Amino acid sequence: MRAAARSTPADIAKRFRGLSDRALAWLFIAPTMVLLLAINIFPLLWAIWLSFTNYRANRANEVVKNVGLSNYQRILGDGDIWIAMQTTAHFVFWTITLETLIGFGLAYLIDRKFRGHAFWTTIILVPMMLSPAVVGNFWRFLYQPQVGLFAYVVSFVTGIPSAQIDLLGSVGSAPWAIVIVDTWMWTPYVMLICLAGLRSIPDYIYEAAEVDRASPWRQFWSITLPMALPFIMLAVLFRGIENFKMFDMVNLLTGGGPGSATEVASITLKRQAFESWRTGYSSAFAIILFVAVFGLANIYVKALNAVKQR
Amino acid sequence: MSLTTAHSVVAPTALSRRIAATIVIVYALVSILPLLWIFATSLKTPPDSIAYPPKLLFQPSIEGYCNLFTTRTRQTPEYITSPATSFCDQVTRSRNMVIAGPSNFVPRFVNSLVIAFGSTFCAVFLGTLAAYGFSRFKVPLADDLLFFILSTRMMPPIAVAIPIYLMYRELGLSDSALGMILLYTAVNVSLAVWLLKGFIDEIPREYEEAAMIDGYSRMQAFWRVVLPQATTGIAATSIFCLIFAWNEYAFAALLTSGTAQTAPPFIPTIIGEGGQDWPAVAAGTTIFLIPILVFTVLLRKQLLRGITFGAVRK
Repeated sequence: MRAAARSTPADIAKRFRGLSDRALAWLFIAPTMVLLLAINIFPLLWAIWLSFTNYRANRANEVVKNVGLSNYQRILGDGDIWIAMQTTAHFVFWTITLETLIGFGLAYLIDRKFRGHAFWTTIILVPMMLSPAVVGNFWRFLYQPQVGLFAYVVSFVTGIPSAQIDLLGSVGSAPWAIVIVDTWMWTPYVMLICLAGLRSIPDYIYEAAEVDRASPWRQFWSITLPMALPFIMLAVLFRGIENFKMFDMVNLLTGGGPGSATEVASITLKRQAFESWRTGYSSAFAIILFVAVFGLANIYVKALNAVKQR
Repeated sequence: MSLTTAHSVVAPTALSRRIAATIVIVYALVSILPLLWIFATSLKTPPDSIAYPPKLLFQPSIEGYCNLFTTRTRQTPEYITSPATSFCDQVTRSRNMVIAGPSNFVPRFVNSLVIAFGSTFCAVFLGTLAAYGFSRFKVPLADDLLFFILSTRMMPPIAVAIPIYLMYRELGLSDSALGMILLYTAVNVSLAVWLLKGFIDEIPREYEEAAMIDGYSRMQAFWRVVLPQATTGIAATSIFCLIFAWNEYAFAALLTSGTAQTAPPFIPTIIGEGGQDWPAVAAGTTIFLIPILVFTVLLRKQLLRGITFGAVRK
């Protein structure tokens, strides 16, 4: 070893040998920090500044006026914004409920370790790896009345004529259309995390419960569920953040329509920022959204840690 | 219920296994059906693709793939009857059209490749350095910095896109591959740091310490001891970054329009005569999805770690 070390051509190494660990640490970390400051923090500060102005990106030469908090006041008093927030809340609530129930159920079944379970698990995982935009776009075809596969299968099972099954076309059903695609795509995600949770429960706990003659029902509620709970909560956290800012799948599937039936917060933001070009106003909305995600995530992480420590 | 668990304490019974297997397999088949349908549609002719009832059995055709790679134009009957120059041309002429030239699919696909690989390389390079820094040195406020790195990922992409759009307009980076590579690097570096820190934490410090006692400098120890040990982690992290950049739509749709446009915003815009050309869209989607399918199978052991930012390691 010693001979090998001595024989290395160590020009660069010699230059660094003199550096203290502290200096080296900064050398390693600084490039990442500089990049994040330039591409994340600087734009964020810019957005905060813009949110206090009436700037419009399509009229760059106009004089920019400082309007104080009026953008924020207008957003909080804007009925359309509240409807968008409500649409987002419904979307997040139903997708997370369905994904957690189905995902946990599947994980529980896969944990029976039947023959070939690894293969089928991999098959189930495929949808979540794909591009939500590209696949979401194709779901528009599957949802078409008559010629779409979805309409055909539903009408085959239920007997409703397939020409009448137009999920994307009506205000009442369009929100469910996006919930179905999101559930299809992200249930595997929740399943995978739940499966890790179930596998982390040591066998001896079940053995002890069996000695105490606890019923399977009792074992599920007193052992399986509480011990898998931190994992389930983690999955809900990740899905919650992602679905709160959902854009790509919804934009391609419905574009927020029909009307504004599926206009989640990100779609409103896009319409305000890149179609109406109300840059100042939409920056204020962006900041409100960011604070909301950040605040909710922080509260939730505290709850998660409390559950973990129990 | 109690009878079924009577003889074995932990191992599930044969019956419960069989029931579980049936439900899981049915779910798997139903969930994979839309993907099989995409592939089937890519091999249909446009009339077959919108037939009612949907056709399960059909004569396979490569018309979708031909339409994906070409643009077509109407021509006079005399021209149509002249001999075709290629197989695709022949297919096109049967629809009373001729091939006018290549479509934008190949350049958009190349953009996707360049941007995905470029940003992945940068993110993993920076991420490995930072992860090593956080893993091995006493960094002041390390936890806060790590949380800051993670929190950059919580921003809704549209919210970031507004100032980035303005910034790139000032810097002349609008609709450029370089701009997209920088942006995706910044988004991916948070994932890279978190995942790689986990992988590097698992390499015993004693290896480097032994090497340094033997006369290696800190940099040599990093290059010759830590990096080779972290190869699996770096490979897995690279694939996750690659998949993110490959699939990304929001930034690409808002910040690119022509020269730097990637495949995800392009594929939905493929239209034929009288609306969306679904076989061509399906063909583009199929080609776009195949690399991801391969990576998913390769990655299945590391998947859990990747999707939870290293929070769950199994």
